Amino acid sequence: MTPRLVRVVISGALGVAWPAAAWAFGGSGARVWLPESYSTYAPAIDQLFYVVLGLTGGVFFLVQGTLLVFLLRYRRRPGVSAHYTHGNNTVEIVWTVVPALILVGLLINSQTVWSHVRGTPPPHDLELEVQGEQFAWNIRYAGPDGRLHTDDDITTINQMQLPVQQTALVHLASTDVIHSFFIPQFRVKQDAVPGLRGRLWVTPTREGQLEIVCAELCGLGHYRMRGFLTIASPEAFQAWLAEQTQGGT
Amino acid sequence: MSGAAGHHPGFIRTYIFSTDHKTIGIQFLFTSLVMLLVGGLLAMLIRWQLGWPGQPLPWMEKLAPDGMPGGVMVPEYYNMLFTMHGSIMIFFAIIPLLVGVFGNYLIPLKIGAADMAFPRLNMISYWLMPPAIATVCAGFFVQGGAAASGWTAYAPLSTTLGPGQVCWIVGVIILGTSSILGSVNYVTTVINLRAPGMSFFRLPLSIWALFITAIIVLLATPVLASALILLLMDSTAATHFFLPAGLIIDGVAQPHSGGQVLLWQHLFWFYSHPAVYIMILPAMGIASEILPVFARKPLFGYHSMVYAIAAIAVLGFLVWAHHMFTSGMNPTLGTSFMASTMVIAVPSAIKTFNWLGTLWRGSIRLTTPMLHALAFVSMFVIGGLTGLFLAASPVDLYVHDTYFIVGHLHYVLFGGSLFGIFAGVTFWFPKMFGRMLDELLGKIHFILTFIFFNAVMFPMFNLGIAGMPRRIYDYTGYAHLAHVGGLNRMMSVSAFCLGLAQLLFIVNFFWSLWRGRRAGNNPWEANTLEWATSSPPPHGNFVTTPTVYHGPYEYSRPGASQDWQPQHQPAPAAH
Ligand SMILES: [Cu+2]
Ligand SMILES: [Cu+2]
Repeated sequence: MTPRLVRVVISGALGVAWPAAAWAFGGSGARVWLPESYSTYAPAIDQLFYVVLGLTGGVFFLVQGTLLVFLLRYRRRPGVSAHYTHGNNTVEIVWTVVPALILVGLLINSQTVWSHVRGTPPPHDLELEVQGEQFAWNIRYAGPDGRLHTDDDITTINQMQLPVQQTALVHLASTDVIHSFFIPQFRVKQDAVPGLRGRLWVTPTREGQLEIVCAELCGLGHYRMRGFLTIASPEAFQAWLAEQTQGGT
Repeated sequence: MSGAAGHHPGFIRTYIFSTDHKTIGIQFLFTSLVMLLVGGLLAMLIRWQLGWPGQPLPWMEKLAPDGMPGGVMVPEYYNMLFTMHGSIMIFFAIIPLLVGVFGNYLIPLKIGAADMAFPRLNMISYWLMPPAIATVCAGFFVQGGAAASGWTAYAPLSTTLGPGQVCWIVGVIILGTSSILGSVNYVTTVINLRAPGMSFFRLPLSIWALFITAIIVLLATPVLASALILLLMDSTAATHFFLPAGLIIDGVAQPHSGGQVLLWQHLFWFYSHPAVYIMILPAMGIASEILPVFARKPLFGYHSMVYAIAAIAVLGFLVWAHHMFTSGMNPTLGTSFMASTMVIAVPSAIKTFNWLGTLWRGSIRLTTPMLHALAFVSMFVIGGLTGLFLAASPVDLYVHDTYFIVGHLHYVLFGGSLFGIFAGVTFWFPKMFGRMLDELLGKIHFILTFIFFNAVMFPMFNLGIAGMPRRIYDYTGYAHLAHVGGLNRMMSVSAFCLGLAQLLFIVNFFWSLWRGRRAGNNPWEANTLEWATSSPPPHGNFVTTPTVYHGPYEYSRPGASQDWQPQHQPAPAAH
């Protein structure tokens, strides 16, 4: 082999990739990373994410670093032959038990967050239904009688509002295919499955304008199945809801 | 049983309807490399749309007048592209390359057999593949276009689509049949046709991996086939296994009742999670085979490597619903699948550390197959580690169905499986065709592939973390994705470079086929039985059946005159 040519190719490839990366990031400068968080459990999920990131990042550098060191250190050298060994039971046990213990720790950590987000929901201030349909979100609030699926329900299409700092219980349904109710800033996603009633809860932590994304392929309009979520003060929310009632009747 | 060496079948029996496992392996090789190219080209179109949403590619109008009128891609066509890209890559490229090519070519040679246990069944298993491919791809030419519900074909979406989706279902059933026939053969061959002295614990790791993979195929594929038949009936025969009451599709109330949407997902993933291991175990076997040869060192921890494969195979059947954390199944079920998924990370860790152990104090030669095998180890680590984000179900709630998944699966299936395939093809090319590949071209191809692969796939993790959903035709309307256009363009440019770099592989392959240096029997100075016979081996493989005296990884044994010790030669001194 001619190492020089190989080196030229490496620098050439990097020479294409790096300017392309610079061009890509140069314009916006914004980091492609977790969006701001807007729900009470988002920080717990983010924290778990960073725990996994730290863990896997550590293993990543450990393994890739070792690999690189071995490749440099143990390249073929004239007169030096490889060490003849079939392995070692002690190290086998160590590198079986240590990852297993770490994973048990991670499992316990994850389960705590999981049962908080997915277990029995906390008492709620508000109940609503989100029904996916190709390619829109139908939002249904209880009317003055406080019950869903009665004559005085308030319905909107693709327009959702939630009062800040109040816990909402969201029932999910679908009339046609599977959709998935995804609000990145809440760090939550749950499928709307035809024939099943899904359920999720959320407590928004601050006011703002967010978008509802459909995260499960649902057909040709999947990409534009977008809803709008406003998180408002409880007063503004009530006013908005009253307006919807008037508009509806 | 196979025929003895020495008779001369005619042209058709030699090259087309051959029952020789080597010819069948090479038939699988060419067919699935072509499909790899097709799948790759579809990916280029996907990357075009993601890099420059809505920009016309005028010359594409001729090729796809309905999908790209005026050269501008329509959403339906985009859905067909990623569906067919995934399906072709998984069913017609990676699985046949790993299982069809290496299973066929290597098993009899490496265990010292003259051929497979059921050569005719083997031939049928190959000859089911072209009709399967034709049926799935016929979707592009029927009304409404090809399948467009993703490679996962989730009901009810998959039952609402046109004839192209039916083509997909039928084609995949045919392919499943081919897989089942192939694996019956592999399992029987490994159990019954090993040469004298070839005990199970003298089998090379690649054969262990293929043997256990075949068992997985045998247990999992019938489940997929049954599910597909139910789906086919839901689509065409008005049954409703997966369709509940009360559906309104396109404004029309449907007459179904009693079906269960999630049933499809359970059945599908019951096959498709093990299928991930069908696509990774043989690559692990290949890496375990190549690292000792070019580190000139015995494989570190042979027995734990075998047990790790077996553990992965068993656990692989217990984790399927980790694909369904957001599906609305019971959260307690989620907990148990989270636990089993974390457990399966342990054998993967064991394998990785043993590969590093194999390199430790070796005498490493960086040949092209070795570079690909090392890339396999390095990239599989990323694929495996990012899997932990998905195993931690609360994190999965966020990253599920985003580009994080797309990045993860490409690190497993390209970074893992495909680098394993490149390692295997470059390693056994001399045996298959009797000539060496060009090392310089091979290395340049490797470096470009490695760099551009990472440049395309690594940013996918960032996109997923930023909340970009997968399978999305146009992301530009979303406020939280306003800043990802530049990154997507960078990835697209890298993807095109990655595609172009593959031309080097094609050139090297065909140039070396005719002009490459003659290989000789054992160009890599390796121990396993395939290197004991000529390159390419004769019909019947071995002039006399070899006898096996020791394990496959006796390299650099102290006191020996050469640093390798072929399995069919007794070691000079007992150890
Ligand atoms: Cu949808
Ligand atoms: Cu899985």
